[in-house]
Amino acid sequence: MSSAKRSNEPIVWFLFGTGGFFAAYFLPIHVLLYGIAFPLGLLHDPGYATTLALLEHPLVRLYLFALLTFCFFHAAHRMRLTLSDVLNMRHLNTILAFLCYGGAIAGTICAIWLLAVVP
Amino acid sequence: MPQYPQYQLKAYRPRMSAYWYLDQWHYLRYALRESSSFFVAWFCVVTLVQIAALSAGPTHYAHFQALMKYPAMIVINVVALGFFLLHAFTWFNLVPRVVVRQVLGKPTPNILSSAPNFMVWFGASVIVALFILGVF
Amino acid sequence: MPETIILEVERFHPERDTEPSYQSFEVPLRADWMVLDALNHIKDQLDGTLAFRWSCRMGICGSCGMTVNGVPKLTCETMLMDYAPGPVRVGPLAHFPVIKDLVVELDDFLAKLQKVRPWIVRKDDYQPKREFIQSPAQLEAFHQFSLCINCTLCYAACPVSGLDANFLGPAAIALAHRYNLDSRDQASDDRLDIVSQHEGIWDCTVVGECTTVCPKGVDPSLAIQQFKLTATQEWFKSFLMPRGKN
Repeated sequence: MSSAKRSNEPIVWFLFGTGGFFAAYFLPIHVLLYGIAFPLGLLHDPGYATTLALLEHPLVRLYLFALLTFCFFHAAHRMRLTLSDVLNMRHLNTILAFLCYGGAIAGTICAIWLLAVVP
Repeated sequence: MPQYPQYQLKAYRPRMSAYWYLDQWHYLRYALRESSSFFVAWFCVVTLVQIAALSAGPTHYAHFQALMKYPAMIVINVVALGFFLLHAFTWFNLVPRVVVRQVLGKPTPNILSSAPNFMVWFGASVIVALFILGVF
Repeated sequence: MPETIILEVERFHPERDTEPSYQSFEVPLRADWMVLDALNHIKDQLDGTLAFRWSCRMGICGSCGMTVNGVPKLTCETMLMDYAPGPVRVGPLAHFPVIKDLVVELDDFLAKLQKVRPWIVRKDDYQPKREFIQSPAQLEAFHQFSLCINCTLCYAACPVSGLDANFLGPAAIALAHRYNLDSRDQASDDRLDIVSQHEGIWDCTVVGECTTVCPKGVDPSLAIQQFKLTATQEWFKSFLMPRGKN
């Protein structure tokens, strides 16, 4: 299996695929609550204290870390392919890869930093 | 290689239109499905901001809550929800089928591979919602 | 009900034209006619210079693939009536070089097909004295992917094959999958190496149109995604156990 070892595509595809499941399972409810229901007052926003207490649980932080990291890489991979194929930017492939995956790595570092410094 | 290239007729090489995804509904659906990625990135950033606001204190979190109430913000998030649902439906109809076929090694009705995912999706959403709402 | 239908046929003459144009023909609209019958009517009765490929008229030779109203179709099993009242646009398969009118050049596709060695490869020097025994379950594992007739409709439907001429393409990868799943074959590692190059499976972005247009239900998209899964599994295996395969 020499070439499968040489190519970096499998690891990118693995991150993309796992992120696809995370995004499909969990993002709709997140955006529905924090992005729509709470701001519109359709549901009662539990507020700062409850949300912080939730965030202080290590498992919640682990969940958020996994969700954000996998979703960032999922989005990065798909954005690169969308820009290169749908918007005909194949000639910029190297720059796109740098920007998209670089963005995902930056997002992951932000997530680690924020989740590690929570009081 | 042809021996007499000057007598070889030139074939016409078609070029793809820059707007090929508008040619057919199936292509447009694909382009929309892939565009969900921009909203995934968007909401991940929103969540990062939320975590940052939470750890910065109650004043900052109030700012975050006020930010989310801007009409433009709500519109973007409604659009994002639409794209997430498109992503979820297309994903559950496509990816589990590949995994199940790989594991079982034989053709399996698509409903058997996708249905459990829709159930897990529903269950996971309810559990996450109960946690966020502070029920647990 | 109208008794005729207009067929707008793409014409390209390599000696005269720099790009194709459409020519309209009025043909009888008969309930039992396929689009191919209408083209044969044009060739026999209206304009003998029209060039197109066809052979079996029963959806198995794979030579009459054309673009009908923007969608790749085997014209021998595409009812003319379905497009009434018309007009119907018939063009050559997309993404292929056009030799004349509706005839496309397949050299590139045939070269790609050969790359994946779509035949049973034995690495031992086993000389069979009788047929290889294969159970129904072993047959079922690859049967669907063995139905490909090389009609290249999937290439015409695939935007990636239009954007990247080097993309190995749906049919070639589906056939590589077909032989890799065959219990008699011994070259699955070689084929995985060939298809896991960038121009192989990783170029595919799962538009899924190859599967939609396939007249034989082969599902090349599934084959490609399964290959991606296999390549990823092998990547992790070689990462965790660098010498594991010895």
